[in-house]
Amino acid sequence: MEPPRWGSIFIFPVALGVSLGVSCLLLAAQGKSPALGLEVLWSGAFGAWYTVEDTLLKTVPIFLCSLGVAVTFRMQVWNIGAEGQFALGAVGATWAALTFANLPGALLLPLMFACAAAAGGAWAAVPAWLKLRLGINEIISTLMFNYIGILILEYLVYGPWKDAGSHGFPMTSQFVPAAVVGHFPGTRLHWGVALCVVCAVGLWVLLTRTRPGFELKASGESLRAARYARMPYNTLVLLVMALCGALAGWAGLLEASAVTGRLQPSLMVGYGFTAIVVAWLARLSPARIALFSFFLAALRVGAENLQLELGVPAAFGGIMEGLILLTVLAGQFFNGYRIRPGGAHR
Amino acid sequence: MRQSQTVLRIRGVTKRFGPLVANDDVSLELRRGEMLALLGENGAGKTTLMHILFGHYRADEGEVEVMGRPLPPGSPRAALDAGVGMVHQHFTLAANMTVLENVTVGTRPLFSARLRQGAARRRLADLSARFGLHVDPDARVRDLSVGQRQRVEILKALYRDTRILILDEPTAVLTPQEGEQLFATLRLLVNRGLAVILITHKLREVMAASDRCVVLRHGRVVLRTATHETDADTLARAMVGGEVPRVGRRPGEPGAEVLALDGAVLCDDGGRTLLDGLNLTLRAGEILGIAGVSGNGQAALADMVSGLLRPQAGELRVHGRAVAAPSPAGMLALGVGRVPEDRIGTGLVGDLSVMENLVLEIYRQRPWSRWGLLDFSAMRRGARELIARFDVRCQGPGAPARQLSGGNMQKLILARVLSGNPSVILANQPTWGLDVGAATFVHKALMEASRAGAGVLLISEDLDEIFQVADRIQVMHRGRLSAPVRPDEADAAAIGLAMSGHGDARSEAARAS
Repeated sequence: MEPPRWGSIFIFPVALGVSLGVSCLLLAAQGKSPALGLEVLWSGAFGAWYTVEDTLLKTVPIFLCSLGVAVTFRMQVWNIGAEGQFALGAVGATWAALTFANLPGALLLPLMFACAAAAGGAWAAVPAWLKLRLGINEIISTLMFNYIGILILEYLVYGPWKDAGSHGFPMTSQFVPAAVVGHFPGTRLHWGVALCVVCAVGLWVLLTRTRPGFELKASGESLRAARYARMPYNTLVLLVMALCGALAGWAGLLEASAVTGRLQPSLMVGYGFTAIVVAWLARLSPARIALFSFFLAALRVGAENLQLELGVPAAFGGIMEGLILLTVLAGQFFNGYRIRPGGAHR
Repeated sequence: MRQSQTVLRIRGVTKRFGPLVANDDVSLELRRGEMLALLGENGAGKTTLMHILFGHYRADEGEVEVMGRPLPPGSPRAALDAGVGMVHQHFTLAANMTVLENVTVGTRPLFSARLRQGAARRRLADLSARFGLHVDPDARVRDLSVGQRQRVEILKALYRDTRILILDEPTAVLTPQEGEQLFATLRLLVNRGLAVILITHKLREVMAASDRCVVLRHGRVVLRTATHETDADTLARAMVGGEVPRVGRRPGEPGAEVLALDGAVLCDDGGRTLLDGLNLTLRAGEILGIAGVSGNGQAALADMVSGLLRPQAGELRVHGRAVAAPSPAGMLALGVGRVPEDRIGTGLVGDLSVMENLVLEIYRQRPWSRWGLLDFSAMRRGARELIARFDVRCQGPGAPARQLSGGNMQKLILARVLSGNPSVILANQPTWGLDVGAATFVHKALMEASRAGAGVLLISEDLDEIFQVADRIQVMHRGRLSAPVRPDEADAAAIGLAMSGHGDARSEAARAS
């Protein structure tokens, strides 16, 4: 029997309440006022227009990575490598930005997007190929590829691409203006916000209106039936992985180009991991992914404020993120069961 | 104790699942030393009733009494303690453990100092001897035949002091000879005072072995009678609720060879032989029935014809031409239509809609898609037509396939397969779990397709089905096929012998002539 559907509406608010409650206990354990903590958390994310801008800016990379991750999850390919694909995308874009710095923006930016997608996509395609050819578990390989990807980025900014005028800081030189993704006039929001909308619509069309989308849907629901109906499983796995890599790569590009204006290790703050949490919370639906990306971005911004105002450790945001995922998953699990008063099995 | 003591009394049990009434005021009595046949089509409520008896479900109304004492609802433990035991159709044995371990598992406290193997061994030996259930207590279950495993299941129940033994379709996995042996054993158990409930839809067994019959239909008891006062026809009509539909059999006109396997050999990854030099010729316009107990290579044969596996030696020919590298796409292109054994996992994608499932194999072609884009309105039109033609009962082209009943799922698969006008049709257990009406529909559809010129390869464990529709019969045993026989020159006993690996399927009479 299907679990009662009405229960699922309540899961998230209840889980959120529980995890906020636990967070308050943690705050109290450190001698901070929980009420003040919640207020600081809220005002950090939504207190003023510029904090909302911060939240929206962080929503963009989480959303793009999560869209890609969700597509691979739909195919039951457990790709947790968005972080590494993000890094390689940033590297690919930076290579184009540094190498072809003389090109006009109309050429340089598309080239950067192409390079980011190619680098991120290739970085995702390798574990996919290893899975299909050698049967290597993609969970392990994509996880490991994250670290390799991050280390490649660090090697480049500490070594060959280091800006001579950076006084020893690990960073490339500032991108030329032609290599910077522009902003909406009068705001700090860059054109990546629009890209998110385009990607979401494009993905929706791909998934619901096209042949590959149909194959993806069928393969995701029943792999055996899809194979039996001669659907090209290997091609589809490569396709979804490359797609995820490209989307995560674009997230990396946007961070490097529009937010920091250069490549530096501080870009890697774990958006690719948060994306997995988002995809799972949203149960792979694109609309809900947008919602939860915004929500977890707000949590990140709010937790940063908590760190600034109350001196709470930086890890606190990560703890809250984990708590929410855990309580939601537990809620979904229990939603499938009836709780027996007395719990008697005899 | 009187001989006619009532050991089980089910009174007025009603169980609803939403709008569906699975059991409607069902009452039933079982006496010491009798065998009661519980009959009914799939979905008639037999399984639900047994689940209630076992405490897996709680009845909405009514009660169960064992040995005169009410059984607390919703407690499997209480049912076991009261002496109710069940042999499931799919055995619940641990293959890597010995017979003795399987029989005793769960009967001892989890943390006990000693295992007391000696006492358990003596008790098992005693039970084996008393009821003629001979198995080696130290053999690993994985090395036992299906018939032997069933014996272990019965021993397991007896070891737990079972006084009411329920058997769910016990002969479904047995050869006819093994079946006879089982009934001899059950007779012995009944004579010693055990009460047995036999869940089945095989009327021949009911008539031969049971003392009383209870027929369920749509969750209600529709007939309650002593076996010697009724006959198979009456029981069948009670189960179906009217006349039993029949497949109009027409003589076939076999034409050219459409599918052939020549000495096909296949081993699994562990080196176990699945197909051992298999020979088969299927001609246009005929139904070739492959009988046999499942697990003798039928799955490998079906996968090979579907293009999922390729023979490691030997040849696969379609329309007289060797297929060097078979693939699902290649076999489909050659006109092989496939009705797989597993409807919802392989044949259909449950979460996709009816119309999406109908185009699952042809969505690449026009008019279903164009320039890579799917045309949903064309799919919907096509689906409406097929739904009407194949009488698929569903809420419309957009309904998820998962919501369909087993019979309608099979109709949906048939609609997809037959609308492609295949020249070869592979039907693997096509009526498994279907009621008589749906099964007859499937048989008629296969018969019609074959008379229109397709070759039909029918793999089935159900001998009655094979005899009913096949033009030629081959028996599968340990990856080999016996020589083909026509149904009118074979008899069930000879087929049964071939199923257990003795001799070929030709009857003595036919061989003498």
